[in-house]
Amino acid sequence: MLTKRIIPCLDVTIGPDGGRVVKGVEFVNLRRAGDPVELARAYNEQGADELVFLDITASHEGRATMIDVIERTANEVFIPMTVGGGIKTIGDIRSILRAGADKITVNTSAVKNPSFIREASDMFGSQCIVTAIDCRSNTNLKDPNARNVITKKDGTPAWYEVVIYGGRQPTGIDAIEWAKQVESLGSGEIMLTSMDTDGTKDGYDLYVTKAVCEAVRIPVIASGGAGNIEHMYEAFAVADADAALAASIFHFGEYTIGQAKGYLRSKGIPVRP
Amino acid sequence: MKIAIVDYGAGNIRSVERGLAFVGTPGAMTCDPGEIEAADAIVLPGVGAFESCMRQVAPLQQVICRRIEAGVPFLGICLGMQMLYQESEEGGLIKGLGVVPGRVTRFSGNLKVPHMGWNSLSVRKEHPLLTGIADGSYVYFVHSYRAGVDAGTVAAAEYGGDFTAIVANEAGNAVGAQFHPEKSGAVGLRMLKNFTAMI
Repeated sequence: MLTKRIIPCLDVTIGPDGGRVVKGVEFVNLRRAGDPVELARAYNEQGADELVFLDITASHEGRATMIDVIERTANEVFIPMTVGGGIKTIGDIRSILRAGADKITVNTSAVKNPSFIREASDMFGSQCIVTAIDCRSNTNLKDPNARNVITKKDGTPAWYEVVIYGGRQPTGIDAIEWAKQVESLGSGEIMLTSMDTDGTKDGYDLYVTKAVCEAVRIPVIASGGAGNIEHMYEAFAVADADAALAASIFHFGEYTIGQAKGYLRSKGIPVRP
Repeated sequence: MKIAIVDYGAGNIRSVERGLAFVGTPGAMTCDPGEIEAADAIVLPGVGAFESCMRQVAPLQQVICRRIEAGVPFLGICLGMQMLYQESEEGGLIKGLGVVPGRVTRFSGNLKVPHMGWNSLSVRKEHPLLTGIADGSYVYFVHSYRAGVDAGTVAAAEYGGDFTAIVANEAGNAVGAQFHPEKSGAVGLRMLKNFTAMI
């Protein structure tokens, strides 16, 4: 049986010594706290189904050192790896895949130039092009861009607007419509983050996640807001996501991935042991 | 011991190279018929579309088939497994290497495609590739086309019905894995190790 995936997300930035570190890690039992390669190895041992590395510097210098991180990880960790952050060109994708990544995520660059998704999926195959969609609820239903109205947790109706540049810039694009479009352009997977819940630890935005899962026939990764393992259960049981991405709950050592999976299994969610 | 990893310009074949190195038997990427001819084992990775991959592999088809016929261990991965079949519906009806009978078809029905993620193996018969691997072990798949279950099926998996996860020719020296052993953690590494033990 196809299992639901648990994916730890490593937000990689440049540390004080110029090396690469994962933001927000207070994980014990690491030789070098925050070292991305060590953390990747630890998560692999805990049973992570995939790893996502996001280059949160999204800079030219950042990418060069990210490639080193991917290469070193790929030499010892043999599970799928996805890399995102500032990817703008076919050349960016090629160098990241060559370093050992299996998939890349596009976000702002795809919104600004949707044909980039088509070009990239034609070149490398749909399976390695993940579109990261960041969105935020907008209660102005009179907005001419509002196409799909979703009732939020508190009962208010809203449409979800795609946001770019890390959530700083709204785009006027309806997130559900954009999800359908990226599927038709050849994206193989969607990573959906709601800015309403991202960083809150109050749980994923189940409403927009469910709406996107129903709108497309490609896998959807729920992202943003996981504060405990019950939230992961909801992402699968309520929103019907194919995978759940989380950072802080694993980084702080609140739960191991094994514990999260044990809980999900006890609630009837199929997960890989 | 020389393992030729067929490099025809597609796919992330360095993962296979890394996996083989990790289990202690490094392979060499090559597209040279002479090197493939001289190799003790052949690995054919594959990511992308069937037609373009077959076109790239066409100049090497004779040497690959001849070496399989001679009993040299061969491992096809993902699209490299699908290419072992007679034909695929991907991109029309395209001829494969024809090492095993059958046709590769697209997943149908109300399914999310690609079939992406970890799925369990249901072992159908013994094969050296599965030494030490328990029935029900999980491996990582990502594909939109698949071959049905038939006499050549070594292990099956279920996604909208059973399909072939591992196929072997009658002699058993040529095997194909629909999943990615090089991305399937400890189970996949064990399979790569088992493959090198077939040499």
